[in-house]
Amino acid sequence: MKVSINGKEYLVEAAGNPSLLEVLRDQLNLTGTKYGCGEGACGACKVLINDTPLPACITPLTSVVGKKIVTIEGLERQGELHPVQKVFLDEDVFQCGFCASGMIISAVALLERKPEAGVQELISGLNGNICRCCTYPAIIDALSKLSQKKAEQ
Amino acid sequence: MSIKRDKNASPTLSDFKSPDEGMSRRKFFKLMGAGVATYVLLSDVFVSSAATVDDKFEFPDKDLVSSWIHISEAGIITVFTGKVEIGQNIRTSLSQVVAEELSVAPQKIKMIMGDTLLTPYDRGTYGSLTTLQISPILRLAAANLREILLEEAEKVLGISSSKLQLKDGKVLEVGSANSVDFGDLLEGKQVLRKINKETATIAPARWKVAGHSIPKINGRDFITGSHKYVSDMVLPNMVYGKVLRPPAYGAKLLRIETKKAEDIPGTMLVSEGDFIGLVADSPGKAAMALASIDCSWGPGTLLERSELFEHLVKNSKGGKPKSKSLEVSYEGAPLRISQRFEIDYIAHVPLETRAALANWKDGKVEVWAGTQRPFGLHEDLAKEFDLSLDKIHVHVPDTGSGYGGKQSSEVGIEAAKLSKAVGRPVKVCWTREEEFKWAYFRPAGVIEVKASVNNGKINTWEFHNYNSGSAGIDFPYSGAEEHVAFHRSSSPLRQGSYRALSSTANIFAIESIVNDLAGDLKLDPLQFRIAHLDKPRLIDVIKAGAEAFDWGKEKRQPDIGYGMACGTVKGGFVATFVEVEVENKSRKLNVRRVVTAFECGVIINPRHLKSQVIGCVLQGLGGALFEAVDFNDAKLTNPGLSSYRVPRFSDVPEMKVVLLNREDLPSSGAGEAPIVCIAPALRNAIHDACGVKLHKLPMLPSGVVPEHT
Ligand code: FES
Ligand code: FES
Repeated sequence: MKVSINGKEYLVEAAGNPSLLEVLRDQLNLTGTKYGCGEGACGACKVLINDTPLPACITPLTSVVGKKIVTIEGLERQGELHPVQKVFLDEDVFQCGFCASGMIISAVALLERKPEAGVQELISGLNGNICRCCTYPAIIDALSKLSQKKAEQ
Repeated sequence: MSIKRDKNASPTLSDFKSPDEGMSRRKFFKLMGAGVATYVLLSDVFVSSAATVDDKFEFPDKDLVSSWIHISEAGIITVFTGKVEIGQNIRTSLSQVVAEELSVAPQKIKMIMGDTLLTPYDRGTYGSLTTLQISPILRLAAANLREILLEEAEKVLGISSSKLQLKDGKVLEVGSANSVDFGDLLEGKQVLRKINKETATIAPARWKVAGHSIPKINGRDFITGSHKYVSDMVLPNMVYGKVLRPPAYGAKLLRIETKKAEDIPGTMLVSEGDFIGLVADSPGKAAMALASIDCSWGPGTLLERSELFEHLVKNSKGGKPKSKSLEVSYEGAPLRISQRFEIDYIAHVPLETRAALANWKDGKVEVWAGTQRPFGLHEDLAKEFDLSLDKIHVHVPDTGSGYGGKQSSEVGIEAAKLSKAVGRPVKVCWTREEEFKWAYFRPAGVIEVKASVNNGKINTWEFHNYNSGSAGIDFPYSGAEEHVAFHRSSSPLRQGSYRALSSTANIFAIESIVNDLAGDLKLDPLQFRIAHLDKPRLIDVIKAGAEAFDWGKEKRQPDIGYGMACGTVKGGFVATFVEVEVENKSRKLNVRRVVTAFECGVIINPRHLKSQVIGCVLQGLGGALFEAVDFNDAKLTNPGLSSYRVPRFSDVPEMKVVLLNREDLPSSGAGEAPIVCIAPALRNAIHDACGVKLHKLPMLPSGVVPEHT
């Protein structure tokens, strides 16, 4: 079966009806996308599917054929970090970093849709992502910097 | 062999992560530069035995500089510590203290952590001990190395060391072009000199690197998804392991039929006594094979949750008898409070579940595991397989958090068992459900308090903790006749360490009762506390927090309440202030704002310290309000993130952190202490808002504040 990930076509094994998360991590070694719960409740495994952030753990491989998938590994362009990655790096938000990939994917999609998102919109847009180290305030502060900049432009 | 490296290349975490068969500390130094040449001074007679390096297995001698820091011929500075990085950002803070003494950028330091072959023995990363114990050792070792570099440079350059200084990996003469690289001075030799404890370290007031908000070392690896946690690692020829577990606690296996599982191509069953596991060439296949094992189990054995607290009290042991006079004083006092508190089990829920990768080869085993105790796993593997320590090598890559929940060795042992049996590298990653069911919990407990006040002063204090633990049990206030006892009990569920241990429970009870006593006396709870305290550091954080919160200056409004609590744990002093609203009709609780003041000595990295304080407070908010392990019929009923609620973005109140920097005091850790005050501060604020006194953790499992106490 063929899938398109980060602008590349991959031939993957569909036997046993694997989830997209299994395919990414175990077949393609794209391990930036994490497993946290397996039931769509933590957001650690989020990827962009046709620009919508969805939990890969409950997304069957068969449902993404013909769709455009972007993972954390696909955000960097020519060695340039995505602005969301950059602001998280500059603001030094994470502790263990295990939530980072899913958090970044959700934030990228959210700011794509609403570049000037206010704090309340950020909170409701990211509520599906758990940071167990509870770096939430730093995440919101960092993203607010980005969205405020957009609002001022 | 000597490998010349690009002198300007900054080290990456993965430099020494690749599996190297038969790596030894000796080979490691060879790889880093000048063979096993050693730098020994004639005066260092006592290290002569260590200087004749042989291959006998020994942990690095903690007294020697070389055990902690090494400079390669190319000038790469490598620091060794048995501590592990699980999100506390100690890779960064420890780099900072070494960088400070050696006058280099912290990013230039390669930190090897939690590696049982390369780093000095360490009991484990828990108890907030890294900053308290390891940071000063590294600082001192680095200061010693600085002195040695100066001594050597004096010889090489022929310039008095008083005219020399360290800068960016060189020793140079002030105001001239004369300089020599660190690497050229030591030529990669191990510095087998005993650490001189008298060597002066740089005073915090003069810090340029330490004491500042340096960003997470290798932070880029984490935001690009390129950091390899154990759960991400792959070895050639690796297979995926699963372990068969009972459906209920205590259930015995009655009958098992594995043929269907074994018939799946690419799987292999492993059965050794009680241990039944399997491997497969993909995780999906492993899960499928496990599910197709046909077996039946006997009934589970576990009491019902409704019986938990009675069980803990009934099965308790220990605790000295109280004195008659205490009883008499209590009975005679005009104001008395007697109250019982109940504390539920809660789960750590590290976002990365337990994972390990094991590789047996030629009678040796190498294990990568996400554990807070690499040397504990090292010993447990030795016991389990009756193997000498030199045949075991444990690595701990930076791990997806722990909070005290990853001190045990089970997943490493499981992976090693499977790898030994199948002769290939095996990775075992627990599912979230396994992590909930088969890891361990923060202990549940019962606390009983009797307290009295006479003449406006706390007169007697009687405190019993059943099962939850003795940490934080001491009464911080002075002047009372005290009886404080911890009673061990038998825990029906597997329990263990947790951030701040039982301090959260004990301080919840202490700070609730003290607050209630003040309330009964119609006194300001803050002033009442200060009047009973002779701990200046605790008083300082109370005052700093009160000022930032505007305590006492708030206008009274209906349904709004203010609460505070203070406490001291493991060298950290904390005071938390909370404003809540209890909605009149819906009884919904809104936590409007939280101010936490914290002091733990001199601050090494303000931003990371603030992050720890916020992380503690918010994680503590979960345990305070809604987190609880639920069980029924010998099974957990909420073993998943859709059923066990943890704090999310929408739970976060407006937050403020006030950090007090005591440059005159050594640093203590901060990963635990700031968690202890949020629960009682919330409880006291809820009482202030609506008059309801809550005595259980979590306080609001149903999400609403009850109508009555
Ligand atoms: S792992 Fe997919 S949402 Fe948690
Ligand atoms: S930083 Fe650890 S889970 Fe977010």
